[in-house]
Amino acid sequence: MTAAALLTTGAPTACAPWPRVVLDRAAWIALRDAPGLDLLALWGAPGFAHAAFLDRAALRVVLASLPAPEGRFPALSPGRPGAVLFERALHDLWRLTPEEAVDARPFLDHGRWPLAGPLSARPAPQAPEAPPMAFLPAEGEGVHQIPVGPIHAGIIEPGHFRFHVQGETIVRLEARLGYTHKGTLSLMLGKSPRAAARFAARLSGDSTVAHSLAFARAAEAAAGVPAPPRAAAIRAAMLELERLHNHLNDLGFIANDAAFAALHAECGWLREGLLRAQHAAFGHRLMMDRVLPGGVAQDLDAAGVAALRGALARIAAALPGLLRIYESHASLQDRMVGTGVIPPALRDAFAPGGVVGRAAGRAFDARVLNGEMAAEAMPLHAAGDVDARWRQRHAEAGIAIARAEALLAALPEGPLALPLPAQGGEGVALVEGFRGECLAWVMLDDGGLIEALYLRDPSWLHWPLLEAAAIGNIVADFPLINKSVNGSYSGVDL
Amino acid sequence: MLWPKLARNLLSRPRTDPPVTPRPEVVAALRDRLAEAGQRRLGRSLAIRHVDAGSCNGCELECHALGNVAHDLERYGLRFVASPRHADVLLVTGPLTRNMAEALLRCRAATPEPAWIVAAGDCAVDGGVFKGSYAVLGGVEEAIMPDLVIPGCPPTPTHILEGLVALLEANAG
Ligand code: SF4
Repeated sequence: MTAAALLTTGAPTACAPWPRVVLDRAAWIALRDAPGLDLLALWGAPGFAHAAFLDRAALRVVLASLPAPEGRFPALSPGRPGAVLFERALHDLWRLTPEEAVDARPFLDHGRWPLAGPLSARPAPQAPEAPPMAFLPAEGEGVHQIPVGPIHAGIIEPGHFRFHVQGETIVRLEARLGYTHKGTLSLMLGKSPRAAARFAARLSGDSTVAHSLAFARAAEAAAGVPAPPRAAAIRAAMLELERLHNHLNDLGFIANDAAFAALHAECGWLREGLLRAQHAAFGHRLMMDRVLPGGVAQDLDAAGVAALRGALARIAAALPGLLRIYESHASLQDRMVGTGVIPPALRDAFAPGGVVGRAAGRAFDARVLNGEMAAEAMPLHAAGDVDARWRQRHAEAGIAIARAEALLAALPEGPLALPLPAQGGEGVALVEGFRGECLAWVMLDDGGLIEALYLRDPSWLHWPLLEAAAIGNIVADFPLINKSVNGSYSGVDL
Repeated sequence: MLWPKLARNLLSRPRTDPPVTPRPEVVAALRDRLAEAGQRRLGRSLAIRHVDAGSCNGCELECHALGNVAHDLERYGLRFVASPRHADVLLVTGPLTRNMAEALLRCRAATPEPAWIVAAGDCAVDGGVFKGSYAVLGGVEEAIMPDLVIPGCPPTPTHILEGLVALLEANAG
């Protein structure tokens, strides 16, 4: 059955701007293989499983729910490999059991929280002794394991990587995450969107603007109050600035992991200039807590705009030179080209967003979906390797500069924020951060407080692809591949 | 071409910021701590092991920025090392999550004495906004007592540097 036909079988709720449809079991199961739908997220609420998809042709978000009064729901993972991590987390956080799930091992729950299913209606006491994590096996002559982490050698978030290697070659990689699980969603429940915004801002610090904006737009959609034009423009500019400083960071760090320090130094210098301009303009180097549900926390004055435009001009002038250096060093090219390939079959199976998806040929950008950008504006370096991801970021950095410039040059006048009424509602938003689309879904009770929500970082679909892309590469290239994907740990750990 | 670039770089001003000066009262307090503990001075160079105990990764971005050419932490004799076994300082960021507590304790056990513990960022100080969550124990002190705290969300690279240089000064005697 087509997606559209499936959805007409259910009862729609008043979720804005895209309705959420409550399905029956058969229709939910049909979602496993419904053509034209890419899985965006799968999460829970007491007594419910929720899923979000992208309808590729209609370019809209599709939300579906299934009541799960007995605490069980049919898994989507048999037809959609991207659902695996979501289902494991769903069980850990909401104690909902996905039936026929491909992988039933715990994910975020390491057996150390006082309660199991902390977000479920009735959390259970934790088993006294959690069994050790059972990693997926690899068999063959001479295969051995390399355990790495949770504390890594560099300045990086914690997570455990279990490599199975044969000689130099990676045969299997599994990432165990959850170490930075902070219970972020639970801290937001029962609060007003304004009070909860600081948690969305800290889901993944490098995407603080993107997640804050997704959350704000979802809350505004729920309340039926769009942000005033000046606030909307300032927020859109901040989103591009955040994209730019992160892309510069990644461009430098990928080169650094191939021992090419000069590019790293140059990118670091350009990025520092941008962060200082952001500090001058917004009073915070990363622009944390500057986006609020209803608008922005502060104005952007002429001096701030001038500081930002100065930094943007310096970066714009330096970008072509970065590419020239990158292309003129065979030692660098040798490490990048053909390394860590995400093949088309896996791209289509997981439908990853952001640079990772686009550099493998998946032309999706949430800014196009939101009508903020034309689809043709985005180039695709579609080879799916580290090189393509580097070039994709480089191209997107240039686009981010142009977009930020255009927004800063024509900021409309008007109020900075509108109050959100204390009333019920439901909203969803998709915002293109530097990693890809950040999804926020918020349900407000009659008093305007958060009754249920979900925040989904794009990294959920990047981690499994990192595991796949590493296979067949040598261990020494793993840091390079990892950096070129650059998944967020905190964003997934919640 | 290398030569024009080299000439340009030799003639232009360095990009590095002027050195930070630590607050004297912080240095004095650290010296007292050192004397009290009868701790050996480590000299004018400190090896730092960063540990993320559960952060949002905002603090990591600023720890990274310490190494860029503007802040250039290595000019002070400070450097990040890959193993706690090589470290004089554990620079801990993030709230202490329940899932990271054992790893942090093991890391501390692997760090040779004498060692300084620095809690960087509001989360590391007392759990920050995540205080009270079922998944968070609180600040770093729930596992190990910090010698120095650097507040901020995240603390700026300059603030982190001021703290680390104060540690250097205290150790220099
Ligand atoms: S102090 Fe702020 S930036 Fe640092 S980990 Fe905590 S929330 Fe993130």
